[in-house]
Amino acid sequence: MADVSVDPKALQEGERPIFQASWGKLFMWFFLVSDAFTFSGLLIAYGALRVNAIAEGYNWALPEEVFTHAPILHEVFHIDAPLIFVGIMTFILILSSVTMVLAVEAGHRKARAEVQKWVFWTIIGGIAFLSCQAYEWYHFISGTGLHMNEETHQFESGGMMLKASLLEQTMEEGGPTVVGLEESKMIVFYPGGTKHFYEGQAHGHGGDHGEDHGDGHGADVLGLRNGAEITSSVAIDKIMKFAHHSHDGTYVLHMEDVVAEDNLKSKSENKLALKPLLPKGTSYEDIVSVPVYAQLSTSLDTIRLVMRNGYEISLPSVVDDLKKPGVVMTAEGKVKSLNEDGYYPAQGGSSMLANQYGRKAFANLFFFVTGFHGTHVFSGVVLLVILYFNVRRGVYDKRGHYEMTEKIGLYWHFVDLVWVFVFTFFYLV
Amino acid sequence: MAAADGGASARKEIIQTALILSGLTAFEFLIAFVWRDVSAAVGISMETGLFMKNLLFIILTLFKAFYIVAYFMHLKHEIRRLAVTIVLPFLFIIWLIIGMMIEGTFWGSRSNPDEQTSAYKVELVEDLG
Repeated sequence: MADVSVDPKALQEGERPIFQASWGKLFMWFFLVSDAFTFSGLLIAYGALRVNAIAEGYNWALPEEVFTHAPILHEVFHIDAPLIFVGIMTFILILSSVTMVLAVEAGHRKARAEVQKWVFWTIIGGIAFLSCQAYEWYHFISGTGLHMNEETHQFESGGMMLKASLLEQTMEEGGPTVVGLEESKMIVFYPGGTKHFYEGQAHGHGGDHGEDHGDGHGADVLGLRNGAEITSSVAIDKIMKFAHHSHDGTYVLHMEDVVAEDNLKSKSENKLALKPLLPKGTSYEDIVSVPVYAQLSTSLDTIRLVMRNGYEISLPSVVDDLKKPGVVMTAEGKVKSLNEDGYYPAQGGSSMLANQYGRKAFANLFFFVTGFHGTHVFSGVVLLVILYFNVRRGVYDKRGHYEMTEKIGLYWHFVDLVWVFVFTFFYLV
Repeated sequence: MAAADGGASARKEIIQTALILSGLTAFEFLIAFVWRDVSAAVGISMETGLFMKNLLFIILTLFKAFYIVAYFMHLKHEIRRLAVTIVLPFLFIIWLIIGMMIEGTFWGSRSNPDEQTSAYKVELVEDLG
């Protein structure tokens, strides 16, 4: 070891600043690169889930249908203004980026008053952007196109989130209840028509349900995974007949068995026919296991529920079902009650559980990505406020340079950069 | 970036970049509102029009990203090897985008070859063993 001599040239080489930028700026750059990877991951997740939903035959939310609110236009004139508001937000952020870069430029000249002025305007831009985002979130959560006429109690243009068990109830009554608009999409439900229904815990006397798949299961209530319960003994018998028993009292149904049985039945009884004409890859789960957003026709009396996925309920008894408590859900997944006059308030909107625009993943990722971006903007505003007061106190004049303005500027432009991508992928594409 | 001319040329560059960014954004809005009519007028199918619109949006977005990074974040004025160090890792992101966009279409029921031939077996039955 002692023989190894240290080459002084190599040391010097290592100490040469190869990037010719200060450590502060370099580390800001490296942080931003890693942060950009995080945002890339989120946006790519959005893209992958969206591509997947379309490949599976689902609709994906159309931005111009979702983001239709603009202040004043909505509140005062009741005009839908798709994408206008997000355009304003984008320009606000671009403008704040411009004021920020002007502050950086003034910092190069050590012009304190100018730096102070431009940082101030950047703060205003950041706060304005955050306020806009709050407005947008509010309307995204509370929903689009829901107006109930207070005098006539009629939905003029809107819909409601239906509890999944409403559909289940209509199914348990037997007969085709949900009919698609097109022949190729026709889908007929019948009691417990999905595997999902059968995946539940049986709570009965005895506790031992056996493995005979037949009679004697002893269950009188079937708790479903989605929280609903089947109490109809006919339905339970049918479920148990086809169910494959597994451990801890869970049953799983294989669809083929039911279809085969039902095809036989339909010849004799001419009912309960399952017509499996679903688009390839369509899942019932979307229709029945989560709250379903349905667009109502003009009034509750001429009931015709058109769901986002293109299916339609046009069963007269649904009218009565709608007037039962516990069929309309809020976006938070809570059950809505009738108001004094016996009508449900219009309900739609978005939450992590369900949204009126289609696939759940859309709202989930919207909340997460714009929320994460908003958090960055908020952090940026905090940094800018600190910068502002430091500039005012003359901290950077004492220090001899305004590099802090540059570093925070880098961060602020990055936030703008992320928005450029969020804007494209959530609002335009 | 020396302030030899009192920063006048730097400010000019900032204003130019801001105008370019605003112009690109305005153009994006224009496309968002007229693409249906245009694709109908030109006579291309809805799907092709949608594809072209999205492609255009992504290209415009990359342009905007370039202007923000190069001029607002001054990367164009930094030493070249710093710029390369920062930009090069994003090659991995391009790979991830391509991978996920292809892979995403094969999730869910399409990941099970049996389900593709069976129209009514609509979701995976979990093996509860």
